[in-house]
Amino acid sequence: MSARLVHRYIPNTAPGVRERMLAEIGVASVDEIYEEIPAALRFAGRLDLQAEPRSEADVARELTSILAKNRSTDELLSFLGAGCWPHYAPALVAEVMGRSEFLTAYGGIEVNDHGRFLAVFEYQSMMGDLLEMDVVAAAVYDGTTASGDAIHMASRITGRKELVLPRLMDPDRLSALLNYNGPWFDTVFVDFDPATGQMDLADLAAKVSDRTAAVFLENPTYLGTIETQVQEISRLAHAAGALLIANVNPASLGVLAPPGQYDADIACGDGQPLGLPMSCGGARLGVLACKNEVRFVHTLPMTMVGILPTTVPGERAYTWHALFDRIFYGEREAARSFSGTSSFLNAIGAGVYMALLGPSGMAELGRSNMQKAAYAAARIGALKGVKAPVFAGPHFNEFVVDFAGTGKSAAQVNAALLERGILSGKDVSGEFPALGAASLFCITENHTQSEIDRLVDAIAQVTR
Amino acid sequence: MTHIDEQAAEADRYLEYQAIDTGYRAVRWHEKTLYEQSRPGSTNAILPPVEPGIVALVGDVAAALPAAARRARPPEMPELSEPEILRHYIRCSQMTYGYDSGNSMGLGTCTMKYSPRINEQLAASPKVKALHPLQPEETIQGILEIMYGMRNWLCELGGMDEVTFQPRGGGHGAFTDACMIRAYHHARGDDHRDEIITCAVSHPCNPATASAAGFKVISLYPDEITGELGIDALKAAISDRTAGIMMTAPYDTGVFDSQIAEYARLVHEAGGVVSLDQANFNGVMTRMRAGDLGADMVHFNLHKTFSTPHGSYGPGAGAVAVKKAFRDFLPVPVVEFDGTKYRLNSDLPHTIGKVGTFMGMVPNVVKAYAWVLSMGADGLREASEWAVINNNYLIKKLLEVRGVEISWPNRRKLQEARFSLAKLHDETGVSTTDFNYRLADFGVQTYFESHVPRIVDEPVTPEPTESISKEDVDQFVAAFHHISAEAYSNAEIVKTAPHRSIVHREIHDYENLTQVPFTWRVWKRTHPDG
Amino acid sequence: MSELSGGAEASRRSGAAPARPGGGAPTPARRRIGLIVNPLAGIGGRVGLKGSDGAETVARAFALGAVPMAGARAAETLRALAGAAAGTANGTAADARRGHSAAIELATYPGEMGADVAREAGFDPVVLGSIEAGATTGADTRRAAEALHAWGAELLVFAGGDGTARDVFAAVGGSVPVVGIPAGVKIHSGVFAVNPRRAAELVAEFLAGRAGLEDREVMDIDEELFRAGTVAARLFGYMRMPYARALVQGAKAGNPGGPSTLRDVAFGVLDEIDRDPGAYWILGPGTTVKAVADELGIEKTLLGVDLLHRGRLVAADVNESQLLAFLARKPESVRARLVVTVIGGQGYLFGRGNQQLSPAVIRAIGKAGLVVAATLDKLHALGGPLLVDTGDAECDAYLSGHIKVITGEADRVIWRVTA
Repeated sequence: MSARLVHRYIPNTAPGVRERMLAEIGVASVDEIYEEIPAALRFAGRLDLQAEPRSEADVARELTSILAKNRSTDELLSFLGAGCWPHYAPALVAEVMGRSEFLTAYGGIEVNDHGRFLAVFEYQSMMGDLLEMDVVAAAVYDGTTASGDAIHMASRITGRKELVLPRLMDPDRLSALLNYNGPWFDTVFVDFDPATGQMDLADLAAKVSDRTAAVFLENPTYLGTIETQVQEISRLAHAAGALLIANVNPASLGVLAPPGQYDADIACGDGQPLGLPMSCGGARLGVLACKNEVRFVHTLPMTMVGILPTTVPGERAYTWHALFDRIFYGEREAARSFSGTSSFLNAIGAGVYMALLGPSGMAELGRSNMQKAAYAAARIGALKGVKAPVFAGPHFNEFVVDFAGTGKSAAQVNAALLERGILSGKDVSGEFPALGAASLFCITENHTQSEIDRLVDAIAQVTR
Repeated sequence: MTHIDEQAAEADRYLEYQAIDTGYRAVRWHEKTLYEQSRPGSTNAILPPVEPGIVALVGDVAAALPAAARRARPPEMPELSEPEILRHYIRCSQMTYGYDSGNSMGLGTCTMKYSPRINEQLAASPKVKALHPLQPEETIQGILEIMYGMRNWLCELGGMDEVTFQPRGGGHGAFTDACMIRAYHHARGDDHRDEIITCAVSHPCNPATASAAGFKVISLYPDEITGELGIDALKAAISDRTAGIMMTAPYDTGVFDSQIAEYARLVHEAGGVVSLDQANFNGVMTRMRAGDLGADMVHFNLHKTFSTPHGSYGPGAGAVAVKKAFRDFLPVPVVEFDGTKYRLNSDLPHTIGKVGTFMGMVPNVVKAYAWVLSMGADGLREASEWAVINNNYLIKKLLEVRGVEISWPNRRKLQEARFSLAKLHDETGVSTTDFNYRLADFGVQTYFESHVPRIVDEPVTPEPTESISKEDVDQFVAAFHHISAEAYSNAEIVKTAPHRSIVHREIHDYENLTQVPFTWRVWKRTHPDG
Repeated sequence: MSELSGGAEASRRSGAAPARPGGGAPTPARRRIGLIVNPLAGIGGRVGLKGSDGAETVARAFALGAVPMAGARAAETLRALAGAAAGTANGTAADARRGHSAAIELATYPGEMGADVAREAGFDPVVLGSIEAGATTGADTRRAAEALHAWGAELLVFAGGDGTARDVFAAVGGSVPVVGIPAGVKIHSGVFAVNPRRAAELVAEFLAGRAGLEDREVMDIDEELFRAGTVAARLFGYMRMPYARALVQGAKAGNPGGPSTLRDVAFGVLDEIDRDPGAYWILGPGTTVKAVADELGIEKTLLGVDLLHRGRLVAADVNESQLLAFLARKPESVRARLVVTVIGGQGYLFGRGNQQLSPAVIRAIGKAGLVVAATLDKLHALGGPLLVDTGDAECDAYLSGHIKVITGEADRVIWRVTA
């Protein structure tokens, strides 16, 4: 018999083990077991895949050389945001997320995964404090899924079929929501005030009715504007018997009014800004929270970690609960959510982040983002032919710049800035043509004044 | 003694060492929450400061917000110094059972396997972590090359033509399939096709996602004897409203449905689309391909078969592969290669748009890519063989335990099987949940019982992947022998287990979930004295 | 700060016992359970007789060496119940005295109708009424049920068969929830637990407030006809029985049952009705089909067959000849559809409790015209295929195979049907 493959990840490939185990099973070869697959379906060809395993050193070398073809935001000065933001990621977050137990745990229960559940409970708790909401789901796939879940909840709770969405929304998010919620809702769009980027309250009042399941509010908006009319929007929604869903950026909640403060019923968002490196868009944390009422908690389509007593008085178990099925409040329009392996490790990391910052750090985070963005907008807006910020009113950490006055398109400006080692803002001129040659710039607490000044100088040069 | 006998004797000595540890005690800190350890006023200077020049130009922008838009009260979050925070989380991690901590073969359908650390280190490179998904394509050629490479491999392994990595997990992958099926029929004017057929021994995400996508769901149950769905049953489900079928191969029960290609043919004949859930791919890599079965689309779980870590319950990643005819419906962007450069194409004519943000779970794709590279086709084949050998060895040994039976005993199983403790329960009163709690007392990871619907009574579903050693299986079996013996002689100790774990078993003493605190703020209100 | 493991002291300090919102826990009041044992149930079975009604049959059974089994079954349940209260697997009499008597106040009828097994199991029962030992009849069961209901039983536990269930129902109707311990030959009613141990589990769940209540069929077969080879089962009505509401544990989802699920099934049927609005809709008996009528705002005969057309009740509680007359008179272009559900604990779709839906009716409607509706829990509880026994072998064969069952608004399953 030819030498069998011995692989470092497969303990039983050590010599002699296979024969013993096959003998115990009572077959001469594993092929006998594979006869369960009908002959016609058994693949007998050669796969166009390298046959031999590679050594660890080889794999490391190959991956490193491929990855070297990337130019990361460590090398290029980046001002890209639009749903994935370049905040500072503290060392402790990576340290804790790298702990082998957290990294590789999965489906243990309260008696052997006490630490995992405690860490997630603390994430839920701190997020609840930030949001000022009582019930927080453990983690959903991402902010967009959380929004979709919130919308489904609203339908099940109110029994209504209409959804009021802001017209000012990331088209990619809208696309995902339509996939998820589309079959179940009639979507009504409410306009935004072209001057401020905030919701047009007159239009909202006209569009909300007794058919509305929920008003969906984003704060800050896709284009960075802060919604200052949150109280009025909440009032309008509730007056019509609709729910208010607030989609928020947790990084802003140290300074911005949290959803609980304006009586939002459900809150959602993406927790990536809380210490999770951008990872090319692959670091997501779906935040989903609601009021502590039966009609909400029993439609929350995700696991939550809670505290339960155990058989020993005084002892606490941290343990998760899941309500995967549509139950209790099954309405005709109801639909199912699907949950599964979501984002717990990211939730634990975000928990570490929130613990590190504490209330004062979160306030500082919010203030810093706003100030640095305002500084950038003011300086860019002072350049000839450049309008920034396009919207009047307060912004969080993103704002739109219109280059139309310079005679250049957003794409041209972006290309020229790239040559100077700068990743410019997202070109949104195609998504919102009315805004001109528009780019969405993101400034966070992690940008220094000199980096912002460098951006300003570069824009000045390329638009001359 | 022959060479094999010598090695066997050596292995037996190892078995003694690895045998169940009746002296096991779980690591147990009486660790309070961060809230209970909070010291108001503690701060950590983590963030970079705001430069005076900035403040001079714009002032305190936050304070200028109208009151209604400004946060009125500071959040009541805990305040601790950095080393205290680290200690807390280190202790929490020590009270967590990771794959690396011990023997996790009990978690069936989860495909627990070793997540190679080199892959973690490679994915932690700034060349991955510090990338923005909207960067110009020329600055992320490395990532695109890896995604394209993984795409090629998945097409090969699945017998498919194109791939998307946008789904966040298996359920999300199934949802992507359902959306594409919907879009496919819509494009043909067949909106009346509103039924999807699925089977009860696959993941509940199959019916759930079909329903979320707006379909009615018809579930088929496996036949009591064969464990298969059956042609007659399928024909009763097929109608002119059939949009498609979501199949699984092999099932969670370990049975490979011998008629699966015929089901695909019948559904195609009726005008439906065939989607395959390959969450259970680990036992059949290189042995069968979804495309050969007749599948139009298939989804894989990168955090199962492809070794990316489970992360305490995510983030995982799903990959959906499709046949040429469905390429146009994929979510965008897809990665393409023109011979010199990689590019992102968002111009698919019938694309369903987005199911998640950006490109997908990029770090997970990097890890999966590195793993496939480490394995090679030969290694993948070997891994699958070991998943099957380990499982069949487990079956042989576990059925020697008193009170343990297996579902569909007449069928050979591939990568996993669903056992039943119904006999043990009837004879001793010990349930599978009791049994599982007792298992924790021996330092062995608790097992997965079953997905819904629970058609097997008192279920046990383990899955010894290729990362599991013979000794691990022997240890698992030894624990079962021990606990079974306890059940028959002193059931009390099992019914009140665990006794040596971190905490004792939870009590469900509530009428509805609003009575369970899910945040510290609720706990404080209902427990003002602590 | 945190402490290393230091025993009970440390755990007490680490957190107070969580209090239920609304105040502290008072000493729980004792719960009232009624027990009835039908000592003659199941007598006939072991010696090859079908059923045990009638003094003559009973005498024959004893002559053939029959041994009463209901008492033993009831004892098994009581032991398991005592154990559950004491926190052990199987309670001893001592456990019952210590633990369970503190939690349960048990009332029953004298001697072989309950008091004997209750005392053996360690209970100190309240004994009501009087009997003639060795000569108890259905009338005694009825009197016992009335007495226990008057005494204030929250739950009636009875050991027997369909006849016993029918007697209990005749006495108290649906006013008290019940748990049946199976001890008869013929168990068609849905009010029986699978076995004595499961019966104890259901009682425990009920007492803990963790069980929902579900309507279950009370059925009985005509004895004489049965012995002569003809099965004629009648649906007498419905009593409520606890079912273990699936609790949410860990990541495992549950199969919730109960009223919301019936409504869910009803929505699924309504979807079918909406697609065929011009048809004559024949609605069979049972609570599942009644739920459909409830949604339409129609008063349906729970135990009978009604006829619906364009949302209006056209005829109520029709028999076979009336149905056939309707079907003959209807226009060719108008379809006839039939909504049926599972009747009884055996899983019969046709032949038990809905004989108005005869082979002739079924043939006139056709298999394609059937809409079968049932909760998934009900299907799973069958542990096997759906059954048909129309009295016509050809019709049975026609119905056999696989059929689509509506189990929810958007859910259907394919289930096997056999004769």
